[in-house]
Amino acid sequence: MFVGAIFFPLLGACLSGFLGRWLGDRPAQWATVACMALAAACGILAFGQVAFDSQPTTVPLLTWMDVGGLEISWALRYDTLSVVMVAMVTFISTLIHLYSVGYMSHDATPARFFAYLSLFTFMMLMLVTADNLAQLFFGWEGVGLASYLLIGYWYDRESANRAAMKAFIVNRVGDVFFMLGLALTFHTFGSIEFDTIFSSVAAHADDRFGGLPSIELIGVLLFLGACGKSAQLGLHTWLPDAMEGPTPVSALIHAATMVTAGVFLMARMSPVMEYAPVALAIVTVVGASTALFAATIGCVQNDIKRIIAYSTCSQLGYMFFAAGVGAYQVSVFHLFTHAFFKALLFLGAGSVIHAMSDEQDIRRMGGIWTRIPVTYAVMWVGSLALAGIPFFAGYYSKDAVLEAAFAAHSVVGTYAWVCGMLAAFLTAFYSWRLLILAFHGKPRADRHTMEHVHESPVTMLVPLLVLATGAMLAGALFAPFFIGEHEQAFWHGSIFNGEHNHIMHAMHDVPAWVPLAPTVMGIGGIALAYLMYMAMPGLPARLAERFSARPQLVRRLPLIPQEGAEQQTEPNPGGLYGFLLKKWYFDELYDFLFVQPARLLAQRLWKTGDARIIDGMPNGAASLAVAGSRGAARIQTGRVANYAFAMIIGLVLFVTLFLIGR
Amino acid sequence: MNAAGFPLLSLLTFLPLAGAAVIMSVRGDDEVVARNARWTALWTSLIVFLLSLILWARFDTASAAFQFEEKLEWLPEFGVGYHMGVDGISVLFVLLSTALTPLCILASWESVTSRVREYMVAFLVLETMMVGMFCALDFIVFYVFFEAVLIPMFLIIGVWGGARRVYAAFKFFLYTLLGSVLMLLAILYLWYNAGTTDIPALFQYQVPRAAQTWIFFAFLASFAVKVPMWPVHTWLPDAHVEAPTAGSVILAGVLLKMGAYGFLRFTLPLLPEASATFAPLIFALSVIAVVYTSLVALAQEDMKKLIAYSSVAHMGIVTIGIFTFNQQGLSGALFTMLAHGVVSGALFLCVGVLYDRVHSREILRYGGIAKIMPAYALVFMLFTMASIGLPGLANFVGEFLVIVGAWRVNAWVAFGAALGMILGAAYMLYLYRRVSFGRITRDDLKALLDLSPREYAVFAPLIALTLWMGIYPQPFLSFFEASVAALVARHEAALNLSRLAGM
Repeated sequence: MFVGAIFFPLLGACLSGFLGRWLGDRPAQWATVACMALAAACGILAFGQVAFDSQPTTVPLLTWMDVGGLEISWALRYDTLSVVMVAMVTFISTLIHLYSVGYMSHDATPARFFAYLSLFTFMMLMLVTADNLAQLFFGWEGVGLASYLLIGYWYDRESANRAAMKAFIVNRVGDVFFMLGLALTFHTFGSIEFDTIFSSVAAHADDRFGGLPSIELIGVLLFLGACGKSAQLGLHTWLPDAMEGPTPVSALIHAATMVTAGVFLMARMSPVMEYAPVALAIVTVVGASTALFAATIGCVQNDIKRIIAYSTCSQLGYMFFAAGVGAYQVSVFHLFTHAFFKALLFLGAGSVIHAMSDEQDIRRMGGIWTRIPVTYAVMWVGSLALAGIPFFAGYYSKDAVLEAAFAAHSVVGTYAWVCGMLAAFLTAFYSWRLLILAFHGKPRADRHTMEHVHESPVTMLVPLLVLATGAMLAGALFAPFFIGEHEQAFWHGSIFNGEHNHIMHAMHDVPAWVPLAPTVMGIGGIALAYLMYMAMPGLPARLAERFSARPQLVRRLPLIPQEGAEQQTEPNPGGLYGFLLKKWYFDELYDFLFVQPARLLAQRLWKTGDARIIDGMPNGAASLAVAGSRGAARIQTGRVANYAFAMIIGLVLFVTLFLIGR
Repeated sequence: MNAAGFPLLSLLTFLPLAGAAVIMSVRGDDEVVARNARWTALWTSLIVFLLSLILWARFDTASAAFQFEEKLEWLPEFGVGYHMGVDGISVLFVLLSTALTPLCILASWESVTSRVREYMVAFLVLETMMVGMFCALDFIVFYVFFEAVLIPMFLIIGVWGGARRVYAAFKFFLYTLLGSVLMLLAILYLWYNAGTTDIPALFQYQVPRAAQTWIFFAFLASFAVKVPMWPVHTWLPDAHVEAPTAGSVILAGVLLKMGAYGFLRFTLPLLPEASATFAPLIFALSVIAVVYTSLVALAQEDMKKLIAYSSVAHMGIVTIGIFTFNQQGLSGALFTMLAHGVVSGALFLCVGVLYDRVHSREILRYGGIAKIMPAYALVFMLFTMASIGLPGLANFVGEFLVIVGAWRVNAWVAFGAALGMILGAAYMLYLYRRVSFGRITRDDLKALLDLSPREYAVFAPLIALTLWMGIYPQPFLSFFEASVAALVARHEAALNLSRLAGM
C-alpha cells in the first residue's frame, strides 16, 4: 500500500511512455488512469491509517549513497504531513488524468502526455515522502523536469519552448540555493536525514557559519529554494508563462501540487525553521508581498489562465506567510483546500477554453453561461471558495491564515495581515471580473466560435463535479483535524511548533471582528466587480485610460477580432495601468539585468577571450616560429659571396669584441 | 600471484595490440579487409571488456592497497621496473576504458569508410595505451603510456577528422606534449632523489618542502592541459569538433580523465603541502572554468563545440572536488569523472547520430527532430538531463558530493560550483530546444530515420549505466571508498607532520 501509492504512477508512466506506440492511444490512456486510480486508493487508505490511526512509518527501499559519513537512502517516510500530501496528490492527479482523457482527445500524441503526467505524479510523491533532503531534491528536480516537459508539450510552438526553458532555468536558480542549504545542513548536522536533523536541532542552535547563525542561514537558503518552485516574488516570473502547457497541466502542476512543494518544504523543515526567527520573518514578508503583488497583476490580465495563475501565485503567498508566522498547520491546510478549488478553477477554465475553440482571452468571451451551465456552476463554486465566502473550503483556511497573521502580534505579522486583507479584496474582485467577463454580457466572440460552444464530455465533467464537491466540503470536514481541536492528535508531531510558539492557540483567541473581516473584504471585492463589469461596463476602460500614460493604446471592449493579438503583443499603455498589465516589468528587468548581459558576455568570452586572447598565445607562438624560420630560410641563399660576406662580418665583430674586451 | 591467478592487467593492456596485429595481417581486397577489421576489432575489445569484468568481481573494495599487482625487473640498476596494479581510484577507469572501446568501434561501424583497417588498429592501440596508463605503477611506465596515448589520438583526429583536422590534431598534440615535458623533468628529479620510479615506493619518499612547489607546477602544467583547466582548454573544442564521433567519445570519456587521475595519483599523495598551499589557485581556476566555459558554451553554434565546452565546465567540478581533500569531495570528483565519461560520451554519440544522417553539426541546421525521431529525442533528452545533473541520473551524485565537500572547505567555492547548475541547464536546454523542438523547416530533415538497431545497441548500455549510476551508485562509490579514505588520511597525516615540524 505504502509502496503502491508511489510506484503505480511510475508504472503508468512507463506503460504509456514506452509501450504507448504498441498499445495504442486509448489503452495507454486508460492504463495510466487505472494506475493512478490504484495509487489514489492506496494513498487514501494510507491517509486513514497514518493520520487517523496515528501509525507513522518509514519504508526503506535502497541505499543511495554512503560516503564518509554522508548516508543517504531511498525511503518512503509516511507521517501525517506526507500522507496528507500523498492522498491529496494521488486523488487530484487521478481526477486530472480522467479529465485529460476528454481534454486531450483531439491531440496527436496523448500517450506521451499521459506518460509525462504520471511521471510528474511519481516525482511529486517521491518529493513528499522523502525522508532526507537529497531524496526530496530528487523529487524536487523530477517535478521540475516533468513541468518542463509538460509546459513544452506542444513543442512546435516557439512560445511554449521558451516558457518551458524559462521555467526550468528560473527554478534552477532557486535550486542552487536549495543545494547550498543542503550542503550547509550536512556541514552543521553531519547528516541530511530528517530524523537526525530534527533530533539535534536544539544542540546546534548556537552554531555559526561564517559569522552567521547556521540555522538561520539554512532557513534562508532553503526558503530561497522554495521561492523558485513556489513562484514567490522575484522568482515568480516563470509561472504565468507556464500556462503555455495544456490546461490539465496547469491545474495539476501549476496550481494544486508542484508549486506547493515550497510550502511543503517549509512545513517539513518546521523543526529547523522554528529555531530561525529571522528566516521566518523573511518568509513572512516575501509571502505577504507576493500575495498582494500577484493579486494586483491578476486584476488587469486578460488571459483566463494567466488570471488564475496570478491568483495561484497570490495564494501561495498566503501559505508562505502562514508558515512564516509559525502556523505551519494552517499553511498546509490552505495548501490542501487550495488544491481542490484551484484545480477546479483551472479545469473549469479548460472547459471554457474547450467550449470556445481554444480562445483564452476573456475579452473575446461573454454570454455563454446558459450554453455551458455545468462549467458555469463549478466556476462559481471555485470562485466562492477562492474568495473565502463562508462555508466554502477557502473560507476555513484563508480565514485561519489571516487570523494567524493577526495573532502573531509582530511587525511582520501585521504587515502580512494587511497585505493579506488587501489581497483578499483583490482576489474576490478579479475572480468576479473573470466570471462576469467570461460568462455574462453580450457574446464578444465571432459567430463561428459561438456556434460551436458546447458543454464538455462526461470524462471532463465528472472530475469537475468531484472537485466542486471538494471545494464545498473539504474545509468544513477537515478543519477540526488540520487546525481545530483534534489538531495535536492529527499531526502527531510531524509538524513542530517551538515552546515559545503558541500561534495555534492564539489564532483562536483573536477579537471577534477579525474572522469576519476577510469575508467582508471578499464581498466588497465581488460588489466592486459587479459594479464595474455588470452595472457600468464602460467604467473599466475609462479607469484604465485615466491611469495610463498613453491612453490611446488601451484596448476597449468589445475587442476588435484580430489574428495573434496575444498577451505578448499587448501594447504597453504606460502609467499605473501599464505597470500592472506588464506585470511590474519583472520580465523586462530580468532580461535587462541577466539575459542580455549573459548573452553578450558569452559572445565576448568566446570571440575575444577564447579565440583572440587564449588562442592567440599558441597561435601567436606558432606564427612567430613560422616567421622566424622563414627569415632563417631566407639567409640560406646558396651564393658563396653572401656566405663569405657574412663570415667577414663575423670575423670583424669577433676581433672587435676581443680588442675591446681586453 | 594476484587475485586473478594470472597477469590480468598485462593481458588487458596488451590483448588489444594482439588484435591490432591480427588486423594488420589480413590480406585481400578492401571490402574483405574492412569487414575483417571491424569484426576483429569488435571481438577483441569485447573480450577485453569481458576479461576486465573480473576486476569488477574480484576487486576487494575493503582494501586501499594496490591489487592484481604484477612486478617484473626491467632496469633494476636504475630502480625502474615494470609494475602494474590497480587500486580503488584507478580500477573503474580501466573498466570505463574497456567498456567505451567496443561501443566506439560499434559507433564507427558505418560512419568510417576509408582506411578502415588503420582506423581499427588505431583504436585498439589507443585502448592499450589507456588501460596501460591506468594500470601503471611505475612512473616511467606511466609516462610512456601517458604520452603514447597521444599518438593514436593524433592520428584519429588528423586522418579521419573534419575539415580543419590537421590544425586541430597539431594543436592537440603540441599543447599536451608541451605540458608533459615539464612533468618529465619532475619525474627525473624524483627518480634522482628517491632512487626509484616505483610509485608505491615513491609514496614513502617525502619530497622536501622547497622542491614541492616547482614539482607541483611541473605536474600542474602537464595535468592541467589534459584536464583541461582554464585557461589551457582551447585545444579541446577544436579537437572535439574535428575528431570523428568515436574519437570524441574516447577523448571526452577517457582522455580527459587522465589529467584528473594524475592529480589524484601523484600530486595529492606526493606533494601534500604544495597541494594544500595551492588549492585556492586550483579553486579559482576551476570556478572560472565552470562559469566562463558555461557562458561560452551558451554562445556556441556547433553542437560538438558546445558539448566540448560543457566538458571543460564539468572537469572544473572535478578539480574542485579533488582539492577539497575530504571524502565527499574526492569521491564526488571520482564519480563525476566516471559519470562524465559515460554521459558526455553518450552526448557525442547523440551528435554523431545526427551527423551521420545530415553531415552537419551546425545547431541551426536542425529543429523539430523530436517529431520524426522520437526514440532518438528521448535518448538525447535523457543524456541532456544527465548532463544538467538531474538527480536520479549519473552526474548528479558526483556534483552533489563535490558541492557538499566543497562547502566544508569554502562556501564560495561551493557556490561557484553550484552556479554551473544554472548555466548548465541554460546551455543544454537551449541546445536541445534548437535541435529537437520547434517546427521542421527543412525538407531533408523530414526523411530522417529513427535509431537503427545498431545504434540502439550502442546506446542501451550507456542508458543502463546512466540510470544505474544515478539511482544506485553505491556499488561504484564503494570501489573507491577505502582508497579515498586512505588518501585523505595520508594527506592529513602529512600536513600534521609538517605542521609539527614547523613548530
